[in-house]
Amino acid sequence: MNPTALPFQTNLVQQPNLSGQVEQTRMSSSAFIAVNHLSVSYRAVEALRDINLLVRPGRLVGIFGPNGAGKSTLLKAMLGLISNTNGSVLYHNKPLMHQLDKVAYVPQRSQIDWSYPATVWDVVMMGRVQKTDWFRRFSVTSRRVAADALERVGMEKYRDRPIGQLSGGQQQRVFLARALAQEPEIFCFDEPLAGIDQKTQEVIFEIFHELVTAGKFVLVVNHDLGETIAHFDDLILLNQSLVAYGSRQQVLTQENLYRAYGGRVMFAAGEAA
Amino acid sequence: MWEAFLEPLSYEFMQRSLVVAVLVGLICAVVGSYLMVQRLALLGDAISHSVLPGLAIAFMIGANIFIGAFIAGVLSTMAIAWIRARSPIKEDAAMGIVFSACFALGITLITLIQRDNKIDLNHFLFGNILAVSRPEVWQTALISALVLVVVILLYKELLFYTFDPLGAQAAGLPTNLLNFGLMLLIALTIVASMKSVGVILVLALLITPGATAYLLVSRLHQVMVLGAGIGIFSSISGMYLSYFFNLPSGPAIVLVVSGLFVLALLFSPTYGVLTQPQASSGESMVWRELKGLIRRH
Repeated sequence: MNPTALPFQTNLVQQPNLSGQVEQTRMSSSAFIAVNHLSVSYRAVEALRDINLLVRPGRLVGIFGPNGAGKSTLLKAMLGLISNTNGSVLYHNKPLMHQLDKVAYVPQRSQIDWSYPATVWDVVMMGRVQKTDWFRRFSVTSRRVAADALERVGMEKYRDRPIGQLSGGQQQRVFLARALAQEPEIFCFDEPLAGIDQKTQEVIFEIFHELVTAGKFVLVVNHDLGETIAHFDDLILLNQSLVAYGSRQQVLTQENLYRAYGGRVMFAAGEAA
Repeated sequence: MWEAFLEPLSYEFMQRSLVVAVLVGLICAVVGSYLMVQRLALLGDAISHSVLPGLAIAFMIGANIFIGAFIAGVLSTMAIAWIRARSPIKEDAAMGIVFSACFALGITLITLIQRDNKIDLNHFLFGNILAVSRPEVWQTALISALVLVVVILLYKELLFYTFDPLGAQAAGLPTNLLNFGLMLLIALTIVASMKSVGVILVLALLITPGATAYLLVSRLHQVMVLGAGIGIFSSISGMYLSYFFNLPSGPAIVLVVSGLFVLALLFSPTYGVLTQPQASSGESMVWRELKGLIRRH
């Protein structure tokens, strides 16, 4: 049995019209992230119900949905960061949670204590911990990779600044630099666009597009259905269960948005498609 | 002046207690920095109160009291983690419950033993650094060396974990193991400090030096190094104060370190209450701070 075929088939049922694109990706790369029957429950409350996805590299994937839809939970559950998870998440046919050295995860900014005594450089170097042996100091290569990452997000001048003294957008860029320094295959961002400035937004999307072009996986939880949605290639629309998954144009239909958000969504979001 | 400074050193018991004071000031500040940045100050308090029953039981069965205390400290952190995981009780409540229960058990047990033995509850509660024996100095030195080596070797992993536990877990670091290791370090440090400042005041040596340094420098290793300096200085000067003015040594040490904290709070270049530029002058500092407090709540 072709292992990638199974999740792919189950997916097809939920999202018609995708076959052309999937076929194309399958030819260029055999690596998928296959999410099979993923469910999460907290004390009898079901946060995510039976999610099936086949995520392809080289696409900027946005995870959208209303508050409490389980967007962050999906990302964390995919990486095995939450207990009480059922189902499987496979990458190269092996559980993704056992290959976390290929993953960079950037948590929501509100999860971090920004008064922690660390400088920008300290945080970016954290991206090299996994690539450095236990009990060892950082190598010259690691320092160079971190310096390059910092430069790529335009924060090299802030290297020795305590992280608490940065603006929200600058903090987000430092975290992006840390993710780049990890040199992963899979990038996961939890609400990186919340409360950031215009400049940071430009830097972030520029780097996202570069990563996607380089064939990386980029998964981004986003709350805002505003104009930034036009940057995403594929959308995962969630509301506890999977409402829709596919290219932006296919997902952003009035019917899907209504199913995800109820009657509360503005029409503007539909137009962005 | 110089002779007065050297005089206590001519006594062997003073040499021993000074060595212990320096070691304890050092490792408490280093390990306590992790407690402070993780906002786990209460956990330090919880572990330190929880070591008492282990100590008492070890004494009853004739085992090493350091080992008994260490086991009790580790068990109490596991109990706290278990209550938090298995019930809707929050961590701070779980800590409060476990540490007061252990403390009560410890006091009861020690009071029972006290009747038949030469053992003084007060020495464990408030420390009795002047009575440390030669083997105890060696034990403290051994524990200190172990704690420092582990912190140095795991520095980068512990920095990542304590700053961003989820990010560290997502990068594949064994965060449960790191957390457990950190708890072991804290329990070891508390056990080593028991003799000098006692289980009630050890929290001051764990938290205050790091908090003082945090007001002055901005990176974790700087907080640790400066905190260690502050801890050592406080331990030594507290010992001298206790020697010359016949004060209890544990409280004297704690009062010095607390005084240093107040100085940093008032005069730190970045956060100092008196050194920060203020927009409106003319009103007194005390009045300004009081108004600020009322407005904030």
